[in-house]
Amino acid sequence: MAPWTRRGRLAEGLRTYRLVAGMWVRSTMAYRASFAMTAFGNFAATFLDFAAIMLMFSRVDALGGYPLSEVAFLYGLSAVSFGLTDLGIGSMDRLGRRVRDGTLDTLLVRPAPVLAQVAADRFALRRLGRVTQGALVLGWSLTRVDIDWTADRLLLMPVMVVSGCGIFCAVFVAGAAFQFVAQDASEVQNAFTYGGTTLLQYPPTVFAKELVRGVTFVLPLAFVNWLPATYVLGRPYPLGLPRWLAWAPPLVAVGCCALAGLAWRAGLRSYRSTGS
Amino acid sequence: MGAGRLYAAVAAGGFRRYATYRAATAAGVFTNTVFGLILVYTYRALWDEKPHLGGYDQAQAMTYVWLGQAFLSTLAIGGGGFEDELMERIRTGDVAIDLYRPADLQLWWLAADLGRAFFQFLGRGLIPFVFGALCFPLYLPADAGTWVAFLVAVALAMLVGFGIRYLVALSAFWLLDGTGVMQMAWLAGFFCSGMLLPLNVFPGTLGEVVRVLPWSSLLQAPADILLGHGDPLPTYLRQAAWAAALLGAGRLVQSAATRRVVVQGG
Repeated sequence: MAPWTRRGRLAEGLRTYRLVAGMWVRSTMAYRASFAMTAFGNFAATFLDFAAIMLMFSRVDALGGYPLSEVAFLYGLSAVSFGLTDLGIGSMDRLGRRVRDGTLDTLLVRPAPVLAQVAADRFALRRLGRVTQGALVLGWSLTRVDIDWTADRLLLMPVMVVSGCGIFCAVFVAGAAFQFVAQDASEVQNAFTYGGTTLLQYPPTVFAKELVRGVTFVLPLAFVNWLPATYVLGRPYPLGLPRWLAWAPPLVAVGCCALAGLAWRAGLRSYRSTGS
Repeated sequence: MGAGRLYAAVAAGGFRRYATYRAATAAGVFTNTVFGLILVYTYRALWDEKPHLGGYDQAQAMTYVWLGQAFLSTLAIGGGGFEDELMERIRTGDVAIDLYRPADLQLWWLAADLGRAFFQFLGRGLIPFVFGALCFPLYLPADAGTWVAFLVAVALAMLVGFGIRYLVALSAFWLLDGTGVMQMAWLAGFFCSGMLLPLNVFPGTLGEVVRVLPWSSLLQAPADILLGHGDPLPTYLRQAAWAAALLGAGRLVQSAATRRVVVQGG
């Protein structure tokens, strides 16, 4: 494919996404009170995770050697990256339902990229609640943690959040691709998305070495915040990896998205409509 | 057909209905196991920092994690019970058909929910717990009596869990859209049942308050008995009192709803 057509497809996909998501936002805003309540509920529900951490710290001063401010730093970074991804394409876990009841066919006949349509399907603005909660915790932690703010550490912060979104996007897309095969088993995806962000909210020192190795080398969730954040905090990473790997997240994100894209294509090709 | 046989058939139907979706069950087992793994390490770190926190040793704390994962879907603490369906039936007016049936609304849904709970206890609860027991040094009492006492507390917890969710579902008679209530009930249940942390780890007054609320009958009460932290009889009494109060309240609200509320479309 020539570069210009590829760019054309990307632009077309973004345009589709904007149109479909915009439609869902307008539909949400028709019931403003309901939107306010569900956004608050989303905020409160994600706050529960942090409530558990605060309850823990009401009894201890450190967890895995990390004080509350540093755990909150990890929590905030994980929650913001995941929250932005969840806001953007979080409804992709509904694909299994569309495959089961055959409504995916509707999306296939439209002259627009299927991935963009699926990603924007039922775009839920209430998920701003999760992002807000994560951002508040991150902001609070930044006033408490003792970080030597050099230029590279400052630059790493936005790089980390954007790359984290990329990695979580790959997980969502790969999960959706898996649903072409699994259909009923869509809950498996939650183990990697919601489970992933929960895992990253705690310091890596808490977990067994094999688990840390697994999320570093196999499913590279550790690049969302563990590796870069330990660099910013000036703490050692439990596996003793070289320091420059803290700058690997953008590459890891691109690699993950490429693999997820391939998985998506394979999944879409294997799709056989229901009832045929 | 005798009333007993009718409700037994409804319960069996509830069991079979959830048993049908094997892939979904397997996916749920996998997810519960992953979450159990994450939590078990955080609890281990917490108890490393402060051994004997809340009177548990580390093995007991880890056992608590896997009990929590086993009960999450059994007691529908995170949602997923009958309440979504009943609320939808109230909203659309289909509940009028349920009220026409020669069966009691509350007992009908209780039977169906107990069937679901038994299936999810066996299908979704047992495997993550066995996985936990194989991979981690859990606290597992050797005498059969404790396990029997534990199972009785689980059965009572199912009744209390239903009692709470039935009240939540009936709110749809007045509110029609129950999404908000359901979300609040879910949040309260998650926090107050000890799903986040064992209730005896909660600090000070907060700890005392959550222990007297009905949600403490769900996860904490059976866990206390299994971990040797509570006498069965007083625990049963507290659970039974909550079950009776909640089911009684459900009955009152139900009669108020069926007398005063006009069903959609009628």
